[in-house]
Amino acid sequence: MAKKTIVPIGPYHPLQEEPEFFTLTVEGEKIVDIDVRVGWNHRGIEKLSESKSFDQSTFLVERICGICSTSHPFAYTRAVEDIISIEVPERAKYIRTIIAEGERIHSHLLWLGLAGHFLGYNTVYMWAWKLREEILDVMEILSGNRNNYAMFKPGGVRRDINPDDIPGVVKKIDSIIPTLVMLKKAVIDDPVLHARTKGVGVLTKEDSISYCALGPTSRASGVARDIRKDCPYGVYDKLEWDMIVTQNGDVFDKLLVRVLETFESIKIVKQCLKDLPKGEIDAKIKNIPPGEGIGHIEAPRGECFHYVLSDGTNRPARHKVRAPTFMNLPTYKATVIGETISDATIILAAIDPCYCCTERVAVRTLKGKKIYDGQDLVKLSQEKTQKIKDKMGIK
Amino acid sequence: MIYIYYLLVLGFLATAAIGLVASWIDRKVTARVQYRVGPPILQPLIDIVKLLGKETLIPAGSSKITFLAAPVLGFASVVVVSTLLWLNNINFNQSFLGDLIVVLYLLTLPSISIIIGGFASRNPLASIGASREMKLILAYELPFILAVLVPVIQSGFSIKLGEILNFQAQNGAIIGSLSGVLAFIVIAMCIQAKLALVPFDMAEAETELIGGPLVEYSGSGLAMYKLTKNMLLFVLPFFCMILLMGGFVFSGIHIFYGILKYIGLVALITVIRNTNPRVRIDQAVRFFWGPMTIIAIVAVILALNGL
Repeated sequence: MAKKTIVPIGPYHPLQEEPEFFTLTVEGEKIVDIDVRVGWNHRGIEKLSESKSFDQSTFLVERICGICSTSHPFAYTRAVEDIISIEVPERAKYIRTIIAEGERIHSHLLWLGLAGHFLGYNTVYMWAWKLREEILDVMEILSGNRNNYAMFKPGGVRRDINPDDIPGVVKKIDSIIPTLVMLKKAVIDDPVLHARTKGVGVLTKEDSISYCALGPTSRASGVARDIRKDCPYGVYDKLEWDMIVTQNGDVFDKLLVRVLETFESIKIVKQCLKDLPKGEIDAKIKNIPPGEGIGHIEAPRGECFHYVLSDGTNRPARHKVRAPTFMNLPTYKATVIGETISDATIILAAIDPCYCCTERVAVRTLKGKKIYDGQDLVKLSQEKTQKIKDKMGIK
Repeated sequence: MIYIYYLLVLGFLATAAIGLVASWIDRKVTARVQYRVGPPILQPLIDIVKLLGKETLIPAGSSKITFLAAPVLGFASVVVVSTLLWLNNINFNQSFLGDLIVVLYLLTLPSISIIIGGFASRNPLASIGASREMKLILAYELPFILAVLVPVIQSGFSIKLGEILNFQAQNGAIIGSLSGVLAFIVIAMCIQAKLALVPFDMAEAETELIGGPLVEYSGSGLAMYKLTKNMLLFVLPFFCMILLMGGFVFSGIHIFYGILKYIGLVALITVIRNTNPRVRIDQAVRFFWGPMTIIAIVAVILALNGL
């Protein structure tokens, strides 16, 4: 029997910009077991949100993720609107959809570039990111910001889209399509890329369902699950677009789903810009009554879920966030075992992980041990602080 | 005395200078292909000088002497190879019988030095990288040597580089024949693997193994590896030119042709590395032992039949 070795990915690894730690147990080049640890960068966003007003929380949740910065405010504002049960004005819905889809385009292009980089294909990396710049310019024209658009508020959107900007924006989006088509062909028809990604890291349909995989990760395995279709929000039900579903569940299919979705998003943005109705952009919410609300939307990585509990004050009494990576990361265990170390990185990248959005405190319980509640955790934290203080001689 | 002059001036200084410029061309072209600006011309030299001034860290528990000697081994072998190649190019008769075999041996040493250094550094990532490098050597040496046989056969079973050059000076470059073209294809792919460039950079794969065997190297050790690699970027295309393309002739318009041939080869290497993703090690072994070996064998058979 071959000798088992441990190969670490992380806590800091050039593969990804975020802290994460995977311990790969390998026999030669083959992976036989894996241990996943996240939680190196817990930021306490949910707790922070309870100390901010409903309006301020929108900005806070925008900073959960740097890439899909619109999906969190979108889900959060929908949760708040769910508490009050109000409808958002039509124009605001269109603007929200445009921003959300623009973000999806840039997020998928960013992922495509990174996937190329992980495979050592740096030309794809640079080309995809060059294209992404154009989309960021479009977003800057529409919202004033390249990232973190700050367009959302409970009840509507914060800024209107200037009608004079629309022809320029459409022209800019049209201008990237030829390059995008070329890039798509270069990626999808490359035989070496096929050799590296086809049949690698297969997530079967059964596994995808039992792990509750979300977004492109599940759609690549043949599970037709998309919040935009299943539970339409914004104006997705009024537009013409297709859900991209492929059957194989390997890395190539995940790549294919994302590349083709980019084209669908372009279609959606163009339709929205064409049909943009006139009218109000804000429902002007005054008070938030006691109650609870949920909001879920399809972020570029999958379903993003927010739960907000209101006690009648101007702050959320409880705010719960579930980022898509929380559900997608465990599928790594189902896909990576039996593959080689060379493929471990691209299989991991194929779920488009975003660890810092996922970070939360988790308490593991063993059999017979008690489960900690909030008070216990506070006590534990105080004890630990005291220990450190004693050790350093601080009174 | 004259040989020491060759060793220092041609083998080391000229090769290093041309290698650094070639590496700059490679980086600049890559940058332009990728919509980037690219580095200034002195950047490769600045990198090396900067690394030489940095502290050399030796990982705890590693084999100290082996760890430090490994880069010197690779570097020394490249200097000797380039001296031999220059000698043959300047004067056909200056070399000795069997220098082709010596060159083939010495060209393997840089890779072996990387393996030794990787294993000596006692890092799991370096060990995986070193074992991949070992598999890669086993993969490409067979087709490489088979392809090198083509000019040997065509020049009337000569294992002296000078005679191969002499043959080409009289009968035209070997690449003009069918077997020469096939040998060129094989040698070009093997050069890519010997230089550890994409698609065969799995030993150093930065996104998987963080540099593989070089992960623990810093300071002058790393500088020496980088310089060795830059010099190989000159030595390997130069070797290919001597074997198949008539070498570098120092007279009149031929100097210009020589430079053109060299830049063409560097451009080919750059294009291959920018239009491919990295392959897996098993795929690389299959590629070299399958299609490449078959092409090389066909080339040898054609050469034996005088094609």
